[in-house]
Amino acid sequence: MQTKDEIVIRLQGIKKLYQMGDQQVAALDGIDLDIKRGEFAALMGPSGSGKSTLMNILGCLDRPTVGSYQLNGREVAHLSDDELARTRNKNIGFVFQNFNLLARISSLDNVALPLVYAGRGLSERRERAMAVLEAVGLADRAEHMPNELSGGQRQRVAIARALVNEPEIIMADEPTGNLDTKSTREIMEIFQKMHGLGRTIILVTHEPEIALCANRQLLVRDGVITRDEGKGVVLDVV
Amino acid sequence: MAFSALYANKLRSLLTMLGIIIGVGAVIAMVSVGMGVRSNVQESIASLGSNMLIVSPGSSNRSGPRSAAGSMKTLKYDDAKAIQSKVKNIEYLSPSVSSNYQIVNGNQNWNSSVQGITPEYMNIKSLSVESGSFISSDNLQKRERVAVIGTTVASNLFGDENPVGKNIRVNNQPFRVIGLLETKGQSSMGQDQDDVVLIPLTTAQERMLGITHVQSVSVQVKEAMYMDQVQEDIETLLRQRHKIIGGKEDDFHVRNLTSLMETMTQTTTMITLLLGSVAGISLVVGGIGIMNIMMVSVTERTREIGIRKALGATFSNIMMQFLIESVVIGVVGGIIGIFVGCGLSSLIAALGDFTTVITWAPIVVSFTFSVGIGLIFGILPARKAARLDPIEALRYE
Ligand SMILES: Nc1ncnc2c1ncn2[C@@H]1O[C@H](COP(=O)(O)OP(=O)(O)OP(=O)(O)O)[C@@H](O)[C@H]1O
Ligand SMILES: [Mg+2]
Repeated sequence: MQTKDEIVIRLQGIKKLYQMGDQQVAALDGIDLDIKRGEFAALMGPSGSGKSTLMNILGCLDRPTVGSYQLNGREVAHLSDDELARTRNKNIGFVFQNFNLLARISSLDNVALPLVYAGRGLSERRERAMAVLEAVGLADRAEHMPNELSGGQRQRVAIARALVNEPEIIMADEPTGNLDTKSTREIMEIFQKMHGLGRTIILVTHEPEIALCANRQLLVRDGVITRDEGKGVVLDVV
Repeated sequence: MAFSALYANKLRSLLTMLGIIIGVGAVIAMVSVGMGVRSNVQESIASLGSNMLIVSPGSSNRSGPRSAAGSMKTLKYDDAKAIQSKVKNIEYLSPSVSSNYQIVNGNQNWNSSVQGITPEYMNIKSLSVESGSFISSDNLQKRERVAVIGTTVASNLFGDENPVGKNIRVNNQPFRVIGLLETKGQSSMGQDQDDVVLIPLTTAQERMLGITHVQSVSVQVKEAMYMDQVQEDIETLLRQRHKIIGGKEDDFHVRNLTSLMETMTQTTTMITLLLGSVAGISLVVGGIGIMNIMMVSVTERTREIGIRKALGATFSNIMMQFLIESVVIGVVGGIIGIFVGCGLSSLIAALGDFTTVITWAPIVVSFTFSVGIGLIFGILPARKAARLDPIEALRYE
């Protein structure tokens, strides 16, 4: 068992600069952040403050302009595209606001997709995808197409997909942004269950009551973290 | 995965394939037509016999007005006899004349080609007699009015009766039928080889046509290796006999059927290649069609690519996905094209009353080509897809 104090993510002086015409815009303007294993962190802040930009960098979808990002003690800020892709596949599970499921393939195949890129065989893929679908309560919808599912069900499929390759970190950018209150509650229950099982979760949200499900609340404003509450508190049981 | 994407866009995939289908089909059909022409030419030359030289009157010079082959009077029966006695390595030799005449038996009449020939004609043409006998040298010497007829002539004049021993009138002169030829069927050029009446050469020359020359002399050489020697000897001999000296033009012409066949084969092969490559251009156009559609497909599926990349797809993963799609288009299009091409070829053969020959070479070449085209024209779109930035792609609406 790994120690709870182990730092999974360490950001130091992260900046993301965009060139807009002849002036530079800093979407992120010097971020220092440590996330420990098993933490459930909620990222809040006004629109345009840089939350998604930060999530993209944390999720290895993007590289910072300057700064250091250590994932499990390994510097990943300046990896090549393919190395980043492999890191995403192995270490990170994404949940998006708009689900981002592939429309033409079944729920089961959607869930199994990360395993394709992890190079797993067909039978193992199906077995593991089925197991996580069961865990999010959608075993009976395995052969359904995404457009045959409700928004909440789609998001649960997306969560199953994020979990299937057993990454240490789950990144969710406004996962409940497109859902009604009932579905939102279901989704948040799943996140809390995952947290209870010891997974590291970083979640962007605009709603304070959702942020309160997390054990740490971070406030981003104009590309810097201005508030950090519940730092270092890791709940074992919810 | 590649199949599901193609299947989801069935109509579009089919339309994309159409370029390849038409290309492969056209190559196969066109080449089969060319090969058909070639085999026709080869067969008809081969049916004249192997190791054959044809001596005909008139010069081989192509400039200036020429009279139709065989209409000149410079080649005599005596020339043929001289060739036979003086030139070595000749297996058979047969001078001949021919003309069309009305053949009559009672109230039945029939128009046929009447050939004045010598007994060796039977060997040169590999004929055999079904009943009765062939023209003999005795017939030839005595200029007898005897005839050997083909089965077409026999059935038109005599029905089921055996014509041997019966009398017919050729150009109003009475002839006795002494033999019936065995059926040979159609020649490769579609000529009925059984529609003939054979009579002694001397009879034809003196009693029918009133001439002393012959229209051609067929010479069968013993072995292929003697062809050039025999040809040269005949030329020397005839120049001597016709008193042609120095740079004066020959008044006869010796054709080597083997070398004629080689030339014709070369020419028809050229035609075949030309037809094939013209059709091949449509394959390339089909390839550009694939590239075009794949480009559209990449743009349409930008978001899908973004999702796949976010889940860990590498450059080569995405590259392969799109390459496989375009190769599948090439393979499936190629296979359908093969069937279309073969069907088209048989259709041409059936409708045009024309021989087409389907060979493996154009099938294999055009199929390989279509797969290669799928691959090559798929590279650019696949690269475009694989290089997409995941964030940009995910944000794409
Ligand atoms: N590709 C880009 N080019 C230029 N500027 C960008 C780009 N991406 C983001 N930005 C800018 O960076 C800032 C942060 O954007 P980001 O999407 O991170 O905001 P956010 O906090 O996620 O907002 P929201 O809550 O609306 O999702 C914005 O001002 C945005 O205009
Ligand atoms: Mg955002």
